[in-house]
Amino acid sequence: MNRIIKYVFYDILRTRFIIFYTALLLVSTFAMFQLDSDPNKVVMSLLNVVLMVVPLVSIVFTTIHFYNSYEFIELMLAQPINRRVIFIGEYLAVAMSLCMAFAVGVGIPLGIYGVSATGMSLLFCGIILTLVFVSLAFLAAVLTRDKAKAIGIALLFWFYFSLIYDGFLLWFVYAFADYPLEKITLGLISLNPVDLARVIMLLQLDISALMGYTGAFYRQFFGSSFGIIFSTLILFLWVIIPFFIALRIFSKKDL
Amino acid sequence: MISIQKVNKNFGKLHVLKQVDLDLSMGRSYALVGPNGSGKTTLIKSILGLVVPSSGEIVFEGKSIAKDWMYREKIGYMPQIGRYPENMTIGQLIDMMKNIRKNAEVLDDSIIEGFKLYKMFDKRMHALSGGTRQKVSAALAFLFNPPVLILDEPTAGLDPISVEILKEKILEEKHRGKLLIISSHILSDLDELTSDMVYIYEGQVHYNNTIQTLKEETQEKKLGKAIATMIGQKQLIDSVNR
Amino acid sequence: MKSGHQCMKALKIIFLSCFVAITAYGSTITVSKQGKIKSIKQAISQAKPGDTLYITSGTYKEGNIIIEKSLTLIGENFPVLDGDHKVEIFTIHAHYVTISGLKFINTGIASINDLAAIKVLDSKWLRITNNRFVNTFFAIHFSNSSHSWIVGNQLQSDAKAEHQIGNGIHLWKCDHITVDNNIVKGHRDGIYFEFVTNSLITGNYSKGNMRYGLHFMFSHNNEYRNNTFVENGAGVAVMYTTGVKMINNTFEHNWGSSAYGLLLKDIRDSFVSGNRFLQNSVGILMEGSSRIQFDNNTFSENGYAIKLQASCDDNNFKRNNFSSNTFDLATNGSLVLNSVNGNYWDKYEGYDLNKDSVGDIPHHPVSMYSMVVEQMPAAVLLWRSFLVLLMDKAEKAIPVMTPQNLKDESPAMKPYDLNTKSQ
Repeated sequence: MNRIIKYVFYDILRTRFIIFYTALLLVSTFAMFQLDSDPNKVVMSLLNVVLMVVPLVSIVFTTIHFYNSYEFIELMLAQPINRRVIFIGEYLAVAMSLCMAFAVGVGIPLGIYGVSATGMSLLFCGIILTLVFVSLAFLAAVLTRDKAKAIGIALLFWFYFSLIYDGFLLWFVYAFADYPLEKITLGLISLNPVDLARVIMLLQLDISALMGYTGAFYRQFFGSSFGIIFSTLILFLWVIIPFFIALRIFSKKDL
Repeated sequence: MISIQKVNKNFGKLHVLKQVDLDLSMGRSYALVGPNGSGKTTLIKSILGLVVPSSGEIVFEGKSIAKDWMYREKIGYMPQIGRYPENMTIGQLIDMMKNIRKNAEVLDDSIIEGFKLYKMFDKRMHALSGGTRQKVSAALAFLFNPPVLILDEPTAGLDPISVEILKEKILEEKHRGKLLIISSHILSDLDELTSDMVYIYEGQVHYNNTIQTLKEETQEKKLGKAIATMIGQKQLIDSVNR
Repeated sequence: MKSGHQCMKALKIIFLSCFVAITAYGSTITVSKQGKIKSIKQAISQAKPGDTLYITSGTYKEGNIIIEKSLTLIGENFPVLDGDHKVEIFTIHAHYVTISGLKFINTGIASINDLAAIKVLDSKWLRITNNRFVNTFFAIHFSNSSHSWIVGNQLQSDAKAEHQIGNGIHLWKCDHITVDNNIVKGHRDGIYFEFVTNSLITGNYSKGNMRYGLHFMFSHNNEYRNNTFVENGAGVAVMYTTGVKMINNTFEHNWGSSAYGLLLKDIRDSFVSGNRFLQNSVGILMEGSSRIQFDNNTFSENGYAIKLQASCDDNNFKRNNFSSNTFDLATNGSLVLNSVNGNYWDKYEGYDLNKDSVGDIPHHPVSMYSMVVEQMPAAVLLWRSFLVLLMDKAEKAIPVMTPQNLKDESPAMKPYDLNTKSQ
């Protein structure tokens, strides 16, 4: 499997898109540091990138990559090798290259302009969101045989987690404003990896104090070691669960 | 060697393979013939385990292939369309395949030699023409010297000289007593390369016998003509039966 | 106002010279563990008005000491006066008393009496200077007194809960007091005034107090300059007062779900000028306040720079710098009775075609989402999400929720240079 990962990984690293993505992240992060001397503000601006661009790029690129590799995967599956190995190999190669693009594009400027705790958690959130959306993309890809349909499903995933879900959450908060919502909203936020990453970052940045009782509750929760383990675990579940569903479907799928 | 037993395959409402029964034995070379969409590719993919039959069983050397993958060690497959990761070199691809098929005892690089691919080992896939990619596919199919060869439209897209090299190779393997399954629309090629014919129409095996017998039955000398006559006869019989 | 200030200064000079004259005529008594007079109580009973008591280093545990004569008490190397967790240490009921260079520790704690290290009742012309207070319930407590100086004291307490601790500098019904250069840490309220007028509060440093760094009500015409209020439980709260001048103070890092840099409740006819509000959850929260001039203030990295309740009117904000705040200005009503003009906003997205350093299109400092959060606090959970970004952009294009008239007509293109502190 190692050699499959290695060569597929090399292949993806050389694709124009990944090079472009890395360069874009690198240039924009450097530009943000140039424009703003306050590293916390830069992290805040980067948060938008992490919450919107990273998931979108990860999910679309992965889905397209899967369908572009369709014939290759077919050929690989005709070899004496377990389907799972091919799937895991492809997954790791794509995930590694996207994570590397992000880590280089954002990590290097962060490293040069000063490593901070918030910077580190931003990197962590970016990488984990990349993994989550690569998993979701593989799920979208194996759910259908049609490339256009798969990209549609992938975009729908992205749209759902970045926009539709939050709309629902806002409605929920509005409708039940008179009730104590801390624990329920905490649960609801755990159901969306983008929101979870955002709240983790926000609590480190600016608004915990503005959130009144809710904020205090969250800060206490996410500040505790249980909270840190819990949120990290939930994020990892968001990587693993779609991955395993996709793996199961793929092992039985007709190509 | 390969026994296909009452295999059915549905894609949604589409019934692609209908009760296919087929025995393929070593030392024979089968031409897989049928119109577009008749189920040839699905049948090949079923043998390779790429498609899982809805019902029925495929047995390879006495063992069911369901949930098995080691049997593919004995199969060399040349796909109809060879598309590879764009930035992978030929050398990397072959290295990777060698790594996967470590158990192969004898490597047969005569095709790589014949197609002069060694010179192009550092070329990336996106820089190759369709024909060259086809050559790479052929090279991979023969490289591990497998007893079973499944070739899907092997000569399509190749230049005449390369077609001859490939044909020679196929004949050589045939004479070595391997099992060959060749799907093609170029019947003159099949006439040279194969000993048996399997005709598939609308998911069913309509004819399965030696080409020699077919020619005798239809009293034609060329395979193309023989098939046309065979189809004509069948249609006649069908209409009478109705 | 200015002449009033000068008048006060003149008064002080006269007062000082009287003071010097009086002490010059007194005799000196030394209190020492090794000497003839071993206790402060003994020295006080022997002393005549105008005498000076030198207290040498050592620990004096004498219960409650009452001073009813005009005396000067000066400590050498900070002799320790220990209240043994039971009593009030000094109770002063006399004019012209000076307490300097002493260290007070461990007063009693009581819920009925305000036990203090130094309690002053109905007195004038006092100087409480350069003393140290450690774990005192109240440190300096003045009632119904005037014309006094509280200068250069260091107050430190490490109580765990609000009911275990009193205020650092507590003034009730006083006037003409100067509170200068004191350091107050770990009390309930660092500086607490009730009915205190015409006083000057300068250069104090109030940090980590349980409730407020500075807390006053009904205390008119006082001036607060160059003070620093840092990391207090609820920041600074001032109420029911007119004629407040707050100049060049720093309100920093008062961070918490109910903490404010400065809470202004029912404050009228006042000036808030040249102050710095840094990293507070709310820079200024205003309720029912009118006719306050806010200028040359810096608001940076606050949650809300200013929360302006609809009950405020006729306030004027100009030449302030707003940068890196989550929300610059939030309000809970649509009626606009305050003026906001010529400030610098880092969120301003306009342009300046004629290069006069003033933006050509007005800036709306109230963000839509701050209005949403005002109505449903839990909605702040969605802050910085894509949804909220889109909603805010949409609102900017077509204002629906935000008060349309609350706008800065001439926003500055560059921040004002407010770093130079004018004393």
